[in-house]
Amino acid sequence: MPKQLIKGNEAIVKGAILAGCRAFYGYPITPASEIAEAAALYMPQVGGVFLQAESEVAAINMLYGAASAGVRAMTGSSGPGMSLMQEGMSYLAGAELPCVIADIMRGGPGLGNIAPEQGDYNQVVKGGGHGNYRTLVLAPDSVQEMASLTELAFDLADEYRNPVVVLADGCIGQMMEPVEFPAAVAEPRIPHWAVTGTADSRGNLVTSIHLDPDELEAHIRHLETKYRRAERKEVRFESWRAEDAEVVLVGYGIVARVLKAAVEQAREEGLAVGLLRPITLYPFPSVELRRLSRRALAFVVVELSTGQMLDDVRLALEGRRPVDFYGRAGGNVPAAEEVLAFVRRICAREKRAREYMAHA
Amino acid sequence: MPEYAVPEYAVVHEKPRSFYSLYERKPELQHQTHYCPGCGHGIAHKLIARAIDELGIQDRTVMISPVGCSVFAYYYFDTGNVQVAHGRAPAVATAVKRSRPESIVLAYQGDGDLAAIGAAEIVHAANRGEPFTVIFINNGIYGMTGGQMAPTTLLGRKTTTTPFGRNAWNEGYPLRVCELLASLEAPVYIERVALGGNRQIMKAAGAVRRAIENQVKGLGFSLVEILSPCPTIWKMNPVEAQRLVLGEMTEAFPLGVFRDRTKSATVRPAAPPAPPLAEIPRILGLTEGCESTPSQPAGSSDWRIRVAGFGGQGVLMLGEILIEAGLEAGLDVSWLPSYGPEMRSGTSNCHVRLSSGPIDSPLVSRPNVLLALNEPSLRKFLPTVAPRGWVFYNGTQLPDGCERPDVQAVVRPFTEIADRVGDPRAANMTMLGALLGATGMLTEERVLTALRRKVSSGRWLEIDQRALDSGIEAVIKGVSHES
Ligand SMILES: Cc1ncc(C[n+]2csc(CCOP(=O)(O)OP(=O)(O)O)c2C)c(N)n1
Ligand code: SF4
Repeated sequence: MPKQLIKGNEAIVKGAILAGCRAFYGYPITPASEIAEAAALYMPQVGGVFLQAESEVAAINMLYGAASAGVRAMTGSSGPGMSLMQEGMSYLAGAELPCVIADIMRGGPGLGNIAPEQGDYNQVVKGGGHGNYRTLVLAPDSVQEMASLTELAFDLADEYRNPVVVLADGCIGQMMEPVEFPAAVAEPRIPHWAVTGTADSRGNLVTSIHLDPDELEAHIRHLETKYRRAERKEVRFESWRAEDAEVVLVGYGIVARVLKAAVEQAREEGLAVGLLRPITLYPFPSVELRRLSRRALAFVVVELSTGQMLDDVRLALEGRRPVDFYGRAGGNVPAAEEVLAFVRRICAREKRAREYMAHA
Repeated sequence: MPEYAVPEYAVVHEKPRSFYSLYERKPELQHQTHYCPGCGHGIAHKLIARAIDELGIQDRTVMISPVGCSVFAYYYFDTGNVQVAHGRAPAVATAVKRSRPESIVLAYQGDGDLAAIGAAEIVHAANRGEPFTVIFINNGIYGMTGGQMAPTTLLGRKTTTTPFGRNAWNEGYPLRVCELLASLEAPVYIERVALGGNRQIMKAAGAVRRAIENQVKGLGFSLVEILSPCPTIWKMNPVEAQRLVLGEMTEAFPLGVFRDRTKSATVRPAAPPAPPLAEIPRILGLTEGCESTPSQPAGSSDWRIRVAGFGGQGVLMLGEILIEAGLEAGLDVSWLPSYGPEMRSGTSNCHVRLSSGPIDSPLVSRPNVLLALNEPSLRKFLPTVAPRGWVFYNGTQLPDGCERPDVQAVVRPFTEIADRVGDPRAANMTMLGALLGATGMLTEERVLTALRRKVSSGRWLEIDQRALDSGIEAVIKGVSHES
């Protein structure tokens, strides 16, 4: 297909439809509304359903209904809407229903603002709803990935029968870049477990209830097994000049783009700096971080938050190396130069430490 | 749950076919339901199962179980079953029905479920005229959680959360769902019935059947509210409970048909059929765009551009034309706008990059080109411009305090120039022309191609083209506003 210049939010919808998504239920919120708007335009033209729900609470339960009926379905939202959807996400995970949720993060807490932030990490990646469940989380850093990771999200959702979140920020959602879509169009398929109002599916049941403690525990173990499998099979990341890096920057989404620029500038100054960009936030590339820690002296986590992914990096490294943090919040995105100034200090500190060790 | 003698008027029929013969999903006592003796849920289930049998729709039926005492409706109904979150049955039912229009979707809800936590979902499903059936069990109490107040609890009635009796000043009045929903335009059928004795039950059976039959006929939203005994929580025996339904409850919640448009209702038009898969890329507009990447322009380029001005000056559009033309020229491009209310408040800006190599960050913090369409934008972004960068300013001279001898400034009255060739709003295009003329960033042909793709109005395309030309001229000839 020819290259197209479209917004990240629009790329999500086109990618979704190519992946066989035929239902969108959602509630408008900046900076995610273009997702609903594009879905409203295209879904009816491809034989799909678009419905503006009365709230995010309704929208996520509509996804529950569509998924129960075996339709690939999605919604798009941002911070406050994601908060409202957490109960539904727990039910979806509990009932093992696949669906895709795009979260185009904005500033919080509360109404915050509509500028880009990464403050939804904890509620999305750790699972903000109740109970022992996880959502798989993909973090695009370009308009191209808004399309391709959304397509992947549908496959993962079906494979793991679990909600998958595409976690992006206002920048990635609003910006335009060239995108190349695949020529293949996935055919919508009805899974065998779906409840479709037919003789074949009459015996099917979608539920998240398991009254008996042993039965519920077994169900939870079953979910856990799926998550362990995802941790083995689905970890994705991009490593950018990280192999020989002494200081490894860690960032996702728009931040990773800024960090690439910072890495280039640092390299020009002769600093051995690299980048690890998690593409899956859950499962998290912990093993890769540990591997890099054999060579790297320090890690710097950069986020548009006060430090949420930071915890996962620290957990992954288990204290092997110092982990520093540079965060901006409220809708401010740091310039590469700003990050570089911080990274220079870390490099200098590590150099001093090395020299000290050599003398000692 | 207390044991009660089976009331003498209970008629024992054979089990409807739409019930499982053995309730195998139930952990124990698989020959009987989990409902208390004399519970309205048990009766309502039977009425529904009979209607399903009579209408011959067992295979097509999808039962939506709520949260409440009827949470395990799926133990009993030998149909498709979906159990859902508290109050959300109408939202789930909406999507099941829209996903599978041939299915018969029954949303079964209690009064806490429907009238309290799910009040928004039921109102909106009804208002959209979703063509499914709601069976609403009003027992005036929260049964499952052990007897707390429901929105339908009668005034004065003691519950575990109204130990002194329901007081209108504190808890408001019993909510009349049928009356509320009957104020909406879309519902086709709304009736309130009761289970206070055989006669009422017979009537209820008819209402349940009609509400389901409407769906079979493809008519819109149908709801039956069933005033229903809860002997256990009411602390009554089943006979006393039925009497309460017949008396006090029926007084507070008048029975009757609140809406019946089954004769005049029309069937919701079917969605257009899905196109063949091969058509989808064209529908999504994926077949248009930049087909082949032309050979890259000689030499390397890395344009980091900031465009800024008032909303309405075409700031974002100017950026879009640049990336369209840049992509055609084989460059990597990115465009990042300021968005949301910021745009409405009057100023607007975007980050644009055109680069012969892959673009790392789409953010432009150190622009080598600033296109400032007004003075506030110049003042805001001038200090960020990289040394030897270009600054294009819409004016006759740089304002005080805007001296940057280390940059190349092109100052022209772009709005006036645009006005002269057709419309002052084309100032973005005169400035774009000047950018091309001064820097040779892109050829005019590429930009014209991009313009033709972006601008659909023929009149505007002409104006824009003239504006572009006069912008190029303005830098080449050094035209200023005096000329
Ligand atoms: C979000 C949420 N809040 C509260 C509950 C607890 N809860 C379960 S059933 C119920 C009330 C059910 O009452 P009703 O709908 O009247 O049904 P009944 O049991 O009387 O048939 C409540 C509050 C829940 N399951 N979920
Ligand atoms: S508590 Fe009430 S509503 Fe629940 S099963 Fe018993 S009688 Fe029925």
